[in-house]
Amino acid sequence: MPELIIIGGGPAALTAAVYAARKRIDTLLLSTELGGQPLTTLGIENYMGYQYIEGPELMQKFEEQMKQFPLEQKIGPAVIALSRLDGGFEVKTDNGESYQAKAVIIATGKRPRSLNVPGEERLRGRGVTYCAICDGPLFAGEKVAVIGGGNSALEAVDDMVKIAEHVHLVSLTPLTGDQIVIDRVIGAANLSVFLEHEVVEIEGSSRVEVIAIRDLKTGEQKKLKVGGVFIEIGLIPNSELAKGIAKLNKLGEIEVNCACATGIPGLYAAGDVTDVPEKQIVVAAGEGAKAALQARRYLQRL
Amino acid sequence: MGAKEVKVYTTPGCPWCKRAKKFLEDNGVEYQDFNVAEDKAAREEMITKCDSLAVPTICIDSEVIVGFNEAVLKEKLGL
Repeated sequence: MPELIIIGGGPAALTAAVYAARKRIDTLLLSTELGGQPLTTLGIENYMGYQYIEGPELMQKFEEQMKQFPLEQKIGPAVIALSRLDGGFEVKTDNGESYQAKAVIIATGKRPRSLNVPGEERLRGRGVTYCAICDGPLFAGEKVAVIGGGNSALEAVDDMVKIAEHVHLVSLTPLTGDQIVIDRVIGAANLSVFLEHEVVEIEGSSRVEVIAIRDLKTGEQKKLKVGGVFIEIGLIPNSELAKGIAKLNKLGEIEVNCACATGIPGLYAAGDVTDVPEKQIVVAAGEGAKAALQARRYLQRL
Repeated sequence: MGAKEVKVYTTPGCPWCKRAKKFLEDNGVEYQDFNVAEDKAAREEMITKCDSLAVPTICIDSEVIVGFNEAVLKEKLGL
């Protein structure tokens, strides 16, 4: 039985892994993949030590650094359950394995939020996309909808008005992005903006054909013919594991104190899955380091 | 062993595409790369022949894999 299990594969988890391995803690890293959210970030200009680096390259470097140290890792299976045992924890993965350890660090990050409307899941990858920068060019010359009102949605609009025939921006709220981005984006001739509208359904047989939206004020519904739907409505924490064990805030983030402790002895959390303010790579990495060092102190006290 | 024909349909901004190509290169797999943001014929081929509307789309002989999944690629390529 390892002393410590780290769940996750992003900046917080990999930094925790390096710190734990250097302290010679017998550690197991469990993650569906290595790299985490920076894999879908193109240019990074605020991770110290690099004036400019692309997300995948930075995470490659994290991975290489982690591999310098002895550490057991199982990459692929997803962790589906976490429970408390006498003197430790048990973790179950979706391939039927289970692992036990005296301490656990949850560093599972966040994932794109989905709309949860009919048609969304069925047409995912068939016109419904959560990566505008990836799939945008596939919809050149078509009509598309961007869902969301923050900076990510506005950036997607900015990219798409240049190549799509027409872009519909649908936001549940008034625009919440930075004014500098709003000023740059709004006003394009081929852009229609629907504020305080919700998406009711995404329709289409084998690919997206229509989205139905509803005006929140008047209740009036309309259908927009589109070939692509770009969903940019923020992120949700991958905190399901901690539900019922640790305390979550109203955003679903795991509540931790300044020492990354959840309040459950031996259970720590780090990075974007926690309620620590500011979701940044450098912050997540720092939190991961802190969680590993705190876990070590805990293990030494046992 | 007979080399499999591997086609990768990508866009320049797509981080998963970069990762998929790096994985193939690291494993010594030869592949053809199509930038579907520029290459309209390839985009059409990806949408109609591979029936895919997302990148990366990876075709190994007649099998189509959408997205980058290391475990699936390893299995399909026999790595």
